Amino acid sequence: MIRVEHLTKAFNGHPVLQDVSLEIHEGETLAIIGRSGSGKSVLMKHIIGLMKPDSGRVFVDGTDISSISYSELRLVRRQFGVLFQGGALFDSMSAFDNVAFPLHTFTRKSEDDIRRETQKCLDLVHLPHVGAVNPSELSGGMRKRVALARAIALRPRYIIYDEPTSGLDPETSSTINELIKGLARQLEITSIVVTHDMHSVLAIADRVAFIHNARMHWVGSINDLHSSEDEVLHAFVKANEYFIGAAASGAS
Amino acid sequence: MNGVVLNLVRPFFSLGRFSLLLAKACGSLGDIGIYRKNMVVQMVRIGLESIPIVALAAAFSGAVTTVQTAYQLVSPIIPPKVIGAVVVPSLTMELAAVVTGFILSGRVGARIAAELGTMRVTEQIDALEAMGLNSVGYLIVPRVAAGILMFPVLYVAACLIGVAGSLLAAMLTGVVSIGEFILGAREHYDNFGPYFGLIKAFVFGFLITSISCYMGYYTEGGAEGVGRSTTRAAVMSCVFILVADFALAIVLL
Ligand SMILES: Nc1ncnc2c1ncn2[C@@H]1O[C@H](COP(=O)(O)OP(=O)(O)OP(=O)(O)O)[C@@H](O)[C@H]1O
Ligand SMILES: [Mg+2]
Repeated sequence: MIRVEHLTKAFNGHPVLQDVSLEIHEGETLAIIGRSGSGKSVLMKHIIGLMKPDSGRVFVDGTDISSISYSELRLVRRQFGVLFQGGALFDSMSAFDNVAFPLHTFTRKSEDDIRRETQKCLDLVHLPHVGAVNPSELSGGMRKRVALARAIALRPRYIIYDEPTSGLDPETSSTINELIKGLARQLEITSIVVTHDMHSVLAIADRVAFIHNARMHWVGSINDLHSSEDEVLHAFVKANEYFIGAAASGAS
Repeated sequence: MNGVVLNLVRPFFSLGRFSLLLAKACGSLGDIGIYRKNMVVQMVRIGLESIPIVALAAAFSGAVTTVQTAYQLVSPIIPPKVIGAVVVPSLTMELAAVVTGFILSGRVGARIAAELGTMRVTEQIDALEAMGLNSVGYLIVPRVAAGILMFPVLYVAACLIGVAGSLLAAMLTGVVSIGEFILGAREHYDNFGPYFGLIKAFVFGFLITSISCYMGYYTEGGAEGVGRSTTRAAVMSCVFILVADFALAIVLL
């Protein structure tokens, strides 16, 4: 279980997160939504200890990760798979080597096993043939999917997706959504999905956390989302639906 | 006012952060097993691939020094063998190390900073950390180690090629015969010269790679930031080579 308590973070005196508290339960899929620049990525980076809170604490399985040593933190991080917003593939390696990298680094599996598992991960994201290609030659969406394959290579307990569907066509988006849902179910992974794609939220999330004006404005289940009377939340969801509608009619 | 204070504090801030980075690098030496493969790659890039340009620069340094010494010193009362006596120590004690250092500031320093800077702004360093890897150990240790190990090798190559260059220049211009050149070099040979040069090479290798890693690792602000780090890495490496060159001369000579 992950628990964020009264997290506050500012950059150059400009507050990005203020007194944010959040609990992520074992096995659930939580969507963190909010406007662009509302601090979603910053929150996600605190959860794996890439950023240190100005005040407040983050607990992973009861351990306060801001007070442990660096080597302990690294052990905690090994339970996480992270899909970064831009993919963050290592551009010095081929797509295949990117996915194989965590297996090479953290397991003692044989070369053959690693090759097989890597291929399985690439198949899973529907990119069975891109192994030899360099990340710089992949499209944005393909890069994201390779990064997803890399994030799940070690079968993590927790997985964080930062905008998994942004910039993807609707078909690939729903493939990714299915994939996230499938992983959560099969492997009992606890998933955190940072997104502003409401389609994706409705398709995969059990619960939703909405960040607004640097604060955790609203947290609740998908059902609560529909019945909520919170105006700001409504405006955000509506704007998204309008956008989705507009995009759909624009495409047709 | 605020800006002035900030500018006064900045060098100390940088020095502190630089030291912390080195401390973190030393702390990760225990995991060297994971980073070994990376180190071989870096030794090839920093060392082997630099040989052609270093050779070119060393050959010309040797040649120019020969011709210039002939022009400045040789006269009816000073015999041509003085050329060998001047050129060889110039190369081993100063030119081979410093010229190699300058070239590698551009070639190696800029490359390291651009590479790490790009990895920083595209979140690749975050990705390494998020996997539970020590990014300093993985990225910086192999580069600095390769620099420290390969720079002396490049220095030796530069010395040899530099002398070859000066002999060639001597032959082509006829300012001194090869026999006399070698005689002069032998008569005035100082045992400490090559050691002094090796110490320099070692220090310069450390300075270039660690400064460039530092600049790259702490890049901020997208493509523009990468450009800034790259320039700074090359410039600061050169500056610190000059400072270290002077400091070593005072301490060791
Ligand atoms: N390392 C940093 N240094 C300074 N400011 C930062 C840093 N990281 C984020 N910020 C600032 O924090 C704010 C929130 O950024 P964040 O990336 O979390 O937004 P986001 O909600 O993920 O937006 P998006 O949906 O566009 O990805 C922004 O104003 C950003 O400029
Ligand atoms: Mg973001």
